[in-house]
Amino acid sequence: MSTAAVTDKRRSSLRSASLPKWSPWAIAAGSIVVAVGIGEGAGLTSHIQWGLIAALLFVLGTYVIASAVEGRRQAKDRIATSLVWVAFLLAVVPLVSLVWTTVKRGVKVLDPYFLTHSMGVVADSEPGGGIYHAIIGSLEQVGLATLIGAPIGVLTAVYLVEYGRGGLARAVTFFVDVMTGIPSIVAGLFILSLMLMADMQPFGFAGSLALAILMMPVVVRSTEEMLKLVPNELREASLALGVPKWRTILKVVLPTSIGGITTGIMLAIARIAGETAPVLLLVWGNSFINNNPFSGAQQSLPLYIYQQYSQSSGSTAAFDRAWAASLTLIAFVMILNLAARGIARWKAPKTGR
Amino acid sequence: MAKRIDVSGLTAYYGSHKAIEDISMTVEPRSVTAFIGPSGCGKSTFLRTLNRMHEVTPGGRVEGKVLLDDEDLYGNGVDPVSVRREVGMVFQRPNPFPTMSIFDNVAAGLRLNGNYRKSELNDIVEKSLKGANLWNEVKDRLNKPGSGLSGGQQQRLCIARAIAVEPKVLLMDEPCSALDPISTLAIEDLIGELKERFTIVIVTHNMQQAARVSDRTAFFNLAAVGQPGRLIEIDDTERIFSNPSVQATEDYISGRFG
Repeated sequence: MSTAAVTDKRRSSLRSASLPKWSPWAIAAGSIVVAVGIGEGAGLTSHIQWGLIAALLFVLGTYVIASAVEGRRQAKDRIATSLVWVAFLLAVVPLVSLVWTTVKRGVKVLDPYFLTHSMGVVADSEPGGGIYHAIIGSLEQVGLATLIGAPIGVLTAVYLVEYGRGGLARAVTFFVDVMTGIPSIVAGLFILSLMLMADMQPFGFAGSLALAILMMPVVVRSTEEMLKLVPNELREASLALGVPKWRTILKVVLPTSIGGITTGIMLAIARIAGETAPVLLLVWGNSFINNNPFSGAQQSLPLYIYQQYSQSSGSTAAFDRAWAASLTLIAFVMILNLAARGIARWKAPKTGR
Repeated sequence: MAKRIDVSGLTAYYGSHKAIEDISMTVEPRSVTAFIGPSGCGKSTFLRTLNRMHEVTPGGRVEGKVLLDDEDLYGNGVDPVSVRREVGMVFQRPNPFPTMSIFDNVAAGLRLNGNYRKSELNDIVEKSLKGANLWNEVKDRLNKPGSGLSGGQQQRLCIARAIAVEPKVLLMDEPCSALDPISTLAIEDLIGELKERFTIVIVTHNMQQAARVSDRTAFFNLAAVGQPGRLIEIDDTERIFSNPSVQATEDYISGRFG
């Protein structure tokens, strides 16, 4: 008797009943249809409720069908997969909806005129005007904050990873952790108190200082992780060549991790670019163009959005400008992120294959 | 210009743990000395004390004397950086710098130390790569990243990088353990050539390798787990492998250990 005949007679221990490849899609479609039916029938007005019902039905349906056809182990696998998908959708739907709303409302007044003019002679309730002064302010404040925060952050991380031993390093790590949790308004108040002591008027650089405080711990944390990823063998290889430690760090460790460090800095910049509270306290806002961050009140994009929304007593023109400025801010942050990815890819150690 | 190493009464610690105890030996210039012994007996630790790489490990410290042609490496005011320029090292796993090309990897020691003339650099890189028997394989792709080479080529690249700074002594910590037999043979041939110019110390787990490449062999052992490793004996390789004077050495070499 041939072996093929034997395997035909017995049930194979390696094969078992399985759902076809298209079954997740079918279950998803089915649960959406049922959810719409339930929603209509029960008179639920909110589409969010419909979506949640569909998600629940999808997870439950997958489990019931899979455990009936395939068995419990495969059903658990499928329920894990479907949970991941549902979580992914729950995360992505609000994001897409946010970007979509901002783009739809923002493009109305977003044109070259809007980007190159200030609000100098335009009342907040009237149409016209632009965000040139806010862009200048944002760029200068964030740029100065980065010039202060990024080097200090990177050097702190270098200290923690390459030199720090014992009490001081533990203290620094602890304070970095504490700083990560500082609310932005507190950082703003801290600088404000210094400003009041020195009897100064609001100016852009004061905002930069508060933003630098917010930025530093983020940079320290991400840089630390990146430096820890550099294999110790590379440090030893360099030291064994008779290269001093500081040059090893400068020429071997930092270049190896520069891609990740840059990404971390860019993400930190993205974080502070959207800060409103410290800017509100320290920079105040200004309808006119002020190119000098060291003297006089300035504008910034998040502050502009807030003021257009809150101080215009419901004027449509102001709302449109707020949305357009929001779109500009999102685009600014996104360009930074893309630049970070580009740099990370460009600087990543080459495999040479 | 190879140099002689005289070690006397050397003890090394990791924190409070004593890793090796009271080791004394002489390493002759222009020869290959092999260290053999079971894992954990302190061969690599001892090797790393010879160019002050041991203290790079947190908690690592050393007592005793290591004389490099009559100059104590652990004497007052000795700069470990200068020691490492005299005593180069090749590691167990090939570790070329991933951000650098093949050329830059070989030039790294000179460039990072900053003491070279631009006009010499090409010659030194070519000479070092030829010295490491790698020149013919890479001469057309010197600007490609070093990490794209095969494991054996990477290890020879690391050897080229180490000899480019013209050390007096070359320490090799199991340089072939991550390589296939053909690459191993290439490195062993290379060691035979390099000993004309350098003093070579090699740690190996492969006793045939020790027998093939070395002039003198040192056997290390530890009394028990957690005890510090000790030098059992050092002698001409031929003698160690035919008629060692200590029973433990014979047991280890003939596979009757433990």
